[in-house]
Amino acid sequence: MVFYLLSGIAIATALAMVSTRNAVHSALFLVLNLLTVAVFYLLLSAPFVAMVQIAVYAGAVMVLFLFVIMMLGAERIGGAAGLRWQSPLAGIFGAALIIGALLAFLRAPAGLAPAGSPPAPLGDPPAIGARLLTTHVLPFEITSILLLIAMVGVVVLARDSRSEGK
Amino acid sequence: MVTLTHYLALSAILFGIGAVGFLIRRNALIIFMCVELMLNAAALAFVAASRYRGLLEGQLAVFFVLTVAAAEVAVGLALMVAIFRTKQTTNVDELSGLRR
Repeated sequence: MVFYLLSGIAIATALAMVSTRNAVHSALFLVLNLLTVAVFYLLLSAPFVAMVQIAVYAGAVMVLFLFVIMMLGAERIGGAAGLRWQSPLAGIFGAALIIGALLAFLRAPAGLAPAGSPPAPLGDPPAIGARLLTTHVLPFEITSILLLIAMVGVVVLARDSRSEGK
Repeated sequence: MVTLTHYLALSAILFGIGAVGFLIRRNALIIFMCVELMLNAAALAFVAASRYRGLLEGQLAVFFVLTVAAAEVAVGLALMVAIFRTKQTTNVDELSGLRR
C-alpha cells in the first residue's frame, strides 16, 4: 500500500518535472522526487543511503542547481521551438524503452522471489564503512581522486578569462 | 506483496520519464536534471536488488553513483555558467557553433 502511494508520488513528480515550463518549479519537483526515493530507501532497509540521498542529492546538488538557475536567470529559456517531429518521436522511443524494460523484468522469474528477512546489519553505517574501507578500498580512493579532478576542473571552468590580466 | 519486480518496474518508469525529458527539453539545465532523475532511478534499482539479495554491494554502488553524479553536476554547471557568459543562453538549439 505504502509502495503504491509512494510510487504514484514519484511518477507524478517526475512527470511534472519534465513537463513544467519554469526551470525553478522543475528543480523543486525534482527535490520532491528525490525525497520520495529516499523514503523508498528507508523501506528497503538502507537508512544510511537514504540520509546521504537527502543530504547530498536533495540538499547540496539541488541547491547548486537552484543557485545556478537563479544566477543565470534561466527560468524560462527554451520552449517548444526546434524540430517539430522531435517531441512525438521522443515520446514513442521513451514508451518503447519503458515497455521493453517492464517486459524484461516481468518475465524474469528471479524478481518474484519473496523478500525474506535481511541479514541484520544490512544498511547501517558501521557495516557500510567497514566494507567500503576493506573490500572496496580501491574504488573508494579513486572516488577521492575523481572529486579532486572535478574540483580543479570547476575552478578552471568558472574563472572569467576576460579578467585574467588584472 | 511487493517484490523486487515492483521496484525494478518503478525504476524503469522513472528512467524512461527522465530519458523522454532529456530528449524533449531544450533548456540545458533541465536536461541536466533529467540526467539526475535517470541516475537516481538506476540507484533505486541497485538498492532494491541489494535488499532482495541480502547483499551490501548494491548500496555501496549507490555511493559511487552519488559521487559521480555530484562531480558531474559541479562540472556541468560550471560549463553552463561559462557558456552563458559568452552566449547569453542555455538553449541547446542555439548552442550549435564551435566558436563564439
